[in-house]
Amino acid sequence: MTNVKGQMQDNRTPEFANFDICVIGGGPAGLEAAIVARSLGAKVVIVDDNPVLGGQLIKQTHKFFGSKEHYCGVRGVNIAEILSSEVHAQNIKVLNNATVVGYYDDDIIGVLKEDRLFPVKAKVYIFATGASENMLAFDNADLPGVYGAGAVQTMMNVYGVVPGKRAVVIGSGNIGLIVPYQLLQAGVEVAAIIEIMDKVGGYYVHAAKIKRAAIPIILKHTIIEAQGKDCVEAARISEVGGKYECLLGTEKTIDCDMILIAIGLSPLCELLYHAGCRIDYVPELGGHVPYHTEDMVTTKENVFVCGDLACIEEASTAMLEGKIAGAKAYEALYGRNRKSEEVANQAKHELAVIRSSPFEERILYGLGKLK
Amino acid sequence: MKGYIDEHPILDFKRGKKVKFLFEGKEIEGYEGLPIAAALHAAGVKVLSFSEKHDRPRGFFCAVGKCSSCLMEVDGRPNVMVCMEPLKAGMNVKRQKGQGQNK
Repeated sequence: MTNVKGQMQDNRTPEFANFDICVIGGGPAGLEAAIVARSLGAKVVIVDDNPVLGGQLIKQTHKFFGSKEHYCGVRGVNIAEILSSEVHAQNIKVLNNATVVGYYDDDIIGVLKEDRLFPVKAKVYIFATGASENMLAFDNADLPGVYGAGAVQTMMNVYGVVPGKRAVVIGSGNIGLIVPYQLLQAGVEVAAIIEIMDKVGGYYVHAAKIKRAAIPIILKHTIIEAQGKDCVEAARISEVGGKYECLLGTEKTIDCDMILIAIGLSPLCELLYHAGCRIDYVPELGGHVPYHTEDMVTTKENVFVCGDLACIEEASTAMLEGKIAGAKAYEALYGRNRKSEEVANQAKHELAVIRSSPFEERILYGLGKLK
Repeated sequence: MKGYIDEHPILDFKRGKKVKFLFEGKEIEGYEGLPIAAALHAAGVKVLSFSEKHDRPRGFFCAVGKCSSCLMEVDGRPNVMVCMEPLKAGMNVKRQKGQGQNK
């Protein structure tokens, strides 16, 4: 085994070596992948770096929409509970509080859990590592009080901590619309949502809630500076012109103690680089994404991907991609059967229906570039 | 406790027991098992460390163990990701300067 010499505490025999499929990431995509693969008959292990399963679902207090199959009307927090109880009911092995730190020769991964690094080996890997929040460059962007919108969501909805007194949100995509509404539910004031484009980025349902709550969405503006000594005390914004240049003399200062950045996510594909999978740059899918087919397999035949790692989208699509990855990973080991084909085809069909909405044109265009 | 959400229209927070820990030598209360960063935030502490070159104050950014903006010194150990590290009674938490040093 290269790269890990002297680091891995036991570099002779992997502690967990007898698994068919190892799923990395216990969010909506990873859990569905594990559940499907297990229900088809594969021996599955999930490695996740959080204390509880569910990924980012555990902070989603809003109800999902779509169809009944996609948990329409169910809150994200409850979907997380449904999926994790299914994982336990099916006796799927879970390594939680465990971080995968590398993908090594002989298709072994290194897992760091409670200060111990040990190898895990499976025949097939399904990566569902998700994404991280993008940062935005502006003056004093590193001042405490400038947070990822998802970070604030975690603080208030998972830990029950009051995140601050008054927030300015940058970006009006779905996260930029959902989080301010949840701030109101937690008793926090939202001064404004700032959007650089000339229209709101997220779904109308979410924007309508914001309108009803009388939170101003300031279009064609961007943040230019965070003000404050040790922590954020105000946000300075400016109007932008046709080329997104700041227009002199249009600057305004908004008092706030939090600036929430909700400008998008980037897939967490470091481990895929390490595994030697081809990574393509497709802005429509979120930036650098692992090349994958519609069967969710990468350029390595034993490595599958699903969820935000494959393409920044929604939890509903992540779960469908997870089902496809789970079924196809099973087929890679044991061949096709009627049930595996049925699961994969059904999920592909539902995914196509969701992506046929005009909102998802960009995704289809981006997926078309993965050739 | 101050700094925590008591009533929420949707959520019901299950919390561990109240424990005491040290922040910069000062005793603070927090709920056991919550990430250290959450306990500090509730106690009004936003500055978690200072940057290497220019000594600029730093806080958390992602709160889900991805960005490394929240590294602190815990019980003499530097570079502890406090947005993930669960709080235990009696922990000694300090603001980290730069890359931190083992003590």
